Amino acid sequence: MSKVRVLVGTRKGAFILSSDGKRDKWEVSGPFFAGWEIYHMKGSPVNPERVYVSQTSGWFGQLFQASDDGGKTWYQPGVKTEDAGPPQWPPVKSNRFVYDSSDTTGKPLTTHQWYDGTQHPWEFKRVWHVEPSLTDPNTVYAGVEDAAIFKSTDGGANWNEMPGLRGHGTGPQWQPGAGGMCLHTIILDPKNPDRIFIAISAAGAFRTDDGGKTWKPINKGLRSQFIPDQDAEVGHCVHHIAMNPDRPNTLFMQKHWDVMRSDDAGDSWKEVSGNLPTDFGFVIDVNSNEPETVYVVPIKSDSEHFPMDGKLRVYRSKSGGNEWEKLAKGLPEKDCYVNVLRDAMAVDKLDKCGVYFGTTGGQVYVSPDGGDSWKAIVHDLPAVLSVEVQTIP
Amino acid sequence: MPSSAQNVRVQIPYHLRNLARVEGEIALEISGPVTIRSVLDALERRYPMLCGTIREHDTLNRRAFLRFFACEEDLSHQSPDVELPEAVASGKEPFLIIGAIAGG
Repeated sequence: MSKVRVLVGTRKGAFILSSDGKRDKWEVSGPFFAGWEIYHMKGSPVNPERVYVSQTSGWFGQLFQASDDGGKTWYQPGVKTEDAGPPQWPPVKSNRFVYDSSDTTGKPLTTHQWYDGTQHPWEFKRVWHVEPSLTDPNTVYAGVEDAAIFKSTDGGANWNEMPGLRGHGTGPQWQPGAGGMCLHTIILDPKNPDRIFIAISAAGAFRTDDGGKTWKPINKGLRSQFIPDQDAEVGHCVHHIAMNPDRPNTLFMQKHWDVMRSDDAGDSWKEVSGNLPTDFGFVIDVNSNEPETVYVVPIKSDSEHFPMDGKLRVYRSKSGGNEWEKLAKGLPEKDCYVNVLRDAMAVDKLDKCGVYFGTTGGQVYVSPDGGDSWKAIVHDLPAVLSVEVQTIP
Repeated sequence: MPSSAQNVRVQIPYHLRNLARVEGEIALEISGPVTIRSVLDALERRYPMLCGTIREHDTLNRRAFLRFFACEEDLSHQSPDVELPEAVASGKEPFLIIGAIAGG
């Protein structure tokens, strides 16, 4: 029977929740990297035992960790801690994320827009999202703050920026959202190895069709009330994007406000918020078996980052948007004032698709029946930053 | 300042001890002048996993929320090439790397 492994990043460490395909009884391991902020962890689709982790701290900066045994043991790529003899030198720098501003391979390190409208230098702060390659377990992408995308081809031991994104031209118009100017979403197209989608708060969505050399904004149809120009090419606060791998030209987006849909790989978007009680939120995901079944967690507003009326609800559309149904069975009915952050929802690949999400109150919920019913796997973890799930044959 | 190698004692924060897989104080043998730079160079050479966690890659600037102390003095803003007090160089007193106390 298949197994699932849920990778949970929190404000104070990483946790792994494991179950068989029934997704009823769970084993919890962790905390790993106790006390550190784990923004994201994700396993390689090629080798599920290879798991990558972004480990950060306001004091000690960025670290990058990996596992080759599904999270039982961890190592910093390139740092040989177990070997006898003298330490290696020069060291491999798996936590070195330096923007490429060289004349030959990079782009000039310009400035981006700051909160007060002035220009501000690009400064690396942390890795928000790690995205392992669909074909090579040693290739992995990292989305960072201040917004840029990096790539490693040696299992995370060395990182190089893909500077065409930051330097493609609109960079000086990008600005930080309340959480920082983060590149938080990376989606690899399973049918076109040269195509990658990314999203930045608050710049918008971008796409490359040549493996990352050149990028273009894909924000036509987005409307953001805080931008005077309704047709602005960039500046949109995209919170998250999701895709069903079987239909890579169809994308679903939870924007700051509005749930959006594109059927032409992001070239144009239309709003599908429909009858949602509020179209503010952070997470969005697509059922792995039903490409028109979409999930969001409506959040009251950008001023009050919690569910409406103290009731935690997932909303599901089985028609690709517009018509949404409330999913409440097993979720808190009252006094619930948590948030669900942008990378904290995931779906497994089992026959009855499992849906997972984590909250800032430390709960991780599972629905083993596509959203019909929910159950808390854990109640009291630190605030959950990210949730990913691996389906292991 | 004697030119032979000297044993310098260094204390690092809890999370960095875990990262380096060490317990307690670290003893480093340093040849030449004992400065913040030479101490950190020796520390990172012994424990390469600490590169980038105390000072930034490339610029080697001290990370904002870490402080350097010795002999009850805050040396955080001292040039990294100024010699540390004799008590540190001789091993009588440790060189302290401390995380700033912040947050709730």
